[in-house]
Amino acid sequence: MDVKHQGLAADGVSRLDVAAVNSATARALYKAREPIFPKRVSGRFRAVKWALLILTLGVYYGLPWLRWPRGAGEPSQAVLVDFEGGRFYFFFLEIWPQEIYFITGLLILAALTLFLVTALVGRVWCGYACPQTVWTDLFIAAERFVEGDRNARIRLDRAPWTAEKITKRGAKHAIWLLIAFATGGAWILYFHDAPTIARDFFTGDAPGSAYLFAGLLTFTTYSLAGLMREQVCTYMCPWPRIQGAMTDHETLEVTYRRDRGEPRGAHKKGEPWDGRGDCVDCRQCVAVCPMGIDIRDGDQLECINCALCIDACDEIMGKIGRPRGLIAYDSAVNAERRAQKLKPRFRPLRPRTIYYAAAWLIVAGVMLAGLATRTQAELSILRDRNPTYVVLSDGSVRNGYEVKILNKDNVARTFRLSVEAGVPLEVRVIGTGTSPDGSVALEARPDTVSPFRVFLTAPKEARTVPSLDVTFRVESAESGALATTKSVFQTGSRT
Amino acid sequence: MSGSKKDIDQVSGYETTGHEWDGIKELNRPLPRWWVWIFYATIVWSIGYMIFMPAIPGLPGMAGATPGLRNHSERTNVAEALSAAEAARGPLFAKLAGASLGSVENDPELLQFALAAGRSAFGDNCATCHGSGAQGFKGYPNLNDDVWLWGGGLSDIKQTLLYGIRSGHPDTRQSDMPAFGRDGILSGAEIHAVVNHVLALSGQEADAAAAAGGRAIFAAQCASCHGEAGKGLREFGAPNLTDAEWLYGGDYETLRETVTNSRRGVMPYWADRLDEGTIDALAIYVHTLGGGEGS
Repeated sequence: MDVKHQGLAADGVSRLDVAAVNSATARALYKAREPIFPKRVSGRFRAVKWALLILTLGVYYGLPWLRWPRGAGEPSQAVLVDFEGGRFYFFFLEIWPQEIYFITGLLILAALTLFLVTALVGRVWCGYACPQTVWTDLFIAAERFVEGDRNARIRLDRAPWTAEKITKRGAKHAIWLLIAFATGGAWILYFHDAPTIARDFFTGDAPGSAYLFAGLLTFTTYSLAGLMREQVCTYMCPWPRIQGAMTDHETLEVTYRRDRGEPRGAHKKGEPWDGRGDCVDCRQCVAVCPMGIDIRDGDQLECINCALCIDACDEIMGKIGRPRGLIAYDSAVNAERRAQKLKPRFRPLRPRTIYYAAAWLIVAGVMLAGLATRTQAELSILRDRNPTYVVLSDGSVRNGYEVKILNKDNVARTFRLSVEAGVPLEVRVIGTGTSPDGSVALEARPDTVSPFRVFLTAPKEARTVPSLDVTFRVESAESGALATTKSVFQTGSRT
Repeated sequence: MSGSKKDIDQVSGYETTGHEWDGIKELNRPLPRWWVWIFYATIVWSIGYMIFMPAIPGLPGMAGATPGLRNHSERTNVAEALSAAEAARGPLFAKLAGASLGSVENDPELLQFALAAGRSAFGDNCATCHGSGAQGFKGYPNLNDDVWLWGGGLSDIKQTLLYGIRSGHPDTRQSDMPAFGRDGILSGAEIHAVVNHVLALSGQEADAAAAAGGRAIFAAQCASCHGEAGKGLREFGAPNLTDAEWLYGGDYETLRETVTNSRRGVMPYWADRLDEGTIDALAIYVHTLGGGEGS
């Protein structure tokens, strides 16, 4: 690979000497990685990528510092995963471990969103929002800041180990490690009170797990975004393989318009454009590609659809006075339609996208309904199974239950427990008392689970059926929180 | 391989190792570098592991393996974990032993602790005879119901736990029903009569003539412990014969066997084997199984 340009591709456009090191033909399984030096590019899609980079990294680094007052004794962090207390705080939501289905639902929604977006516009996740892409972008920006653009970086790479090279390389890796540490450090902020853990981390008072995970994520960020880069997408990530199931002929993908570009070749000033393609083979698209491929080889597994080649090509097209969009978001069906002289089209409404959207709406609807009907109390009933029932000396029969009241309020609540079974049942609670009318007051401690031993006794006369359906109901007069749970009363009668 | 010149295989284009057998050359296809580096890393790790952790077994003149710089021992870890658990439970056990039995059930925190400790101790010591759910078996009372031979208040249960029943302890609960048949106190016909009387007492089907004859025998031989009406007497652990509950069985055959040979079930004493806190936890656990009585 020579750094020098290989003459002119067109008037005012030099041809870059660059090879697509990661293209299917150039790649070999046992070969060491060939470094890629992506050239700087500017344009529409680069601007979108910068904006998304600032937004996503801003959210990641900044979110744990956001405060959300919840009252005394409660964490004031807007987003906090409290493993010790077994709570997940998300702004107005406080999720208990048994409500993990909210998280599951969120993950399903995220997956369906990914499916839908992939079916519509291809790998935009890979190209714009994936952490691997965002952090690699940031690391390449840092590299460019220290070592210069493509040619300077190639020169430095080949240069002997002079003091200048050591200084530059050292500075680059120092900046990378700093970013990586900020990334690993920000991760642990989500699991502890951010200001406290930030201080404790540097005074040495933080728990061992904090250092472990900060170190782990520093290491992975540094190695994945700094050292491994495009290899993560090509060799490690399963998503490029999976997404093939979501795309079809109508899906938008970054595409080189072969019909417009070929035959390619250098163009001299004043020559006519008839009978030749618009591609002047300047190889700008290859030089800017962070994946080391040539988009003109067609749709490739390595392509993350970051659209930087579109920006690079559009700039050249502007210089040589040809229409933009030689490389553009396009679909396979449009390539066929152009061949048949039909108008290109984009069809977002297809059975596939409708299915994904419908599934998304259903999951979102179920979750929203779950969220709306969420109460401040839950009731769990565990019937004694050993023994299943106890016959008393007067012939009446008794069942035991472990009744657990989840009081999600931050103050103690009195719940009135009532039992409905169709026949009058005597209710007795250990430590609380007996009630002949089936209604007992239970004191539930704040923000925790309060267990009670409850005994139900049915008279001898009730033993005419093997079992009775019992509904337990707790209601707090103060908060209005209400929860019911069904269980069974075994009479021990076999008829 | 001699010299620095690489020997390239003409057919495949790959470098060879220089080894050749009958004209067949071995290609040099090394393992992937990431694999090799991980392999080296595991070697480095294993050296560190052998230095810091017990690794080399049975050197001559040594008991067990080399201790390693960290002096790691799973046995020590278990012992430490156990003593840490003891230390964590200690204050609650002390609080339990210090609290009056009756007050525990009104203290939710202490009650939860007593129930957990009691359930665990019950499984270890009592479930063998009484069953894991304390449902009992023939001859071993069900502790869930409201029938208590020696009393179902907290202090009664604790007394039974501490000293047992016919256990040989000086303070044991003690009573002996005579073996009326075996010892020749009653004849076969008299036993038949008194069993029929007991059947009648508990509302079961009985030979009316025999039952009438058994009434006098019952009054003479049984009523001193079981009471005139057969309602039982807790001072002697004498069961109520009029209810639906039978420790050994309430049918004619079983009752006849009981009267003939007597029943002298034994419960061991736990006073010297379990500490005060565990005994209290057990008493509270059994008391809250459902049949516990007020003291």
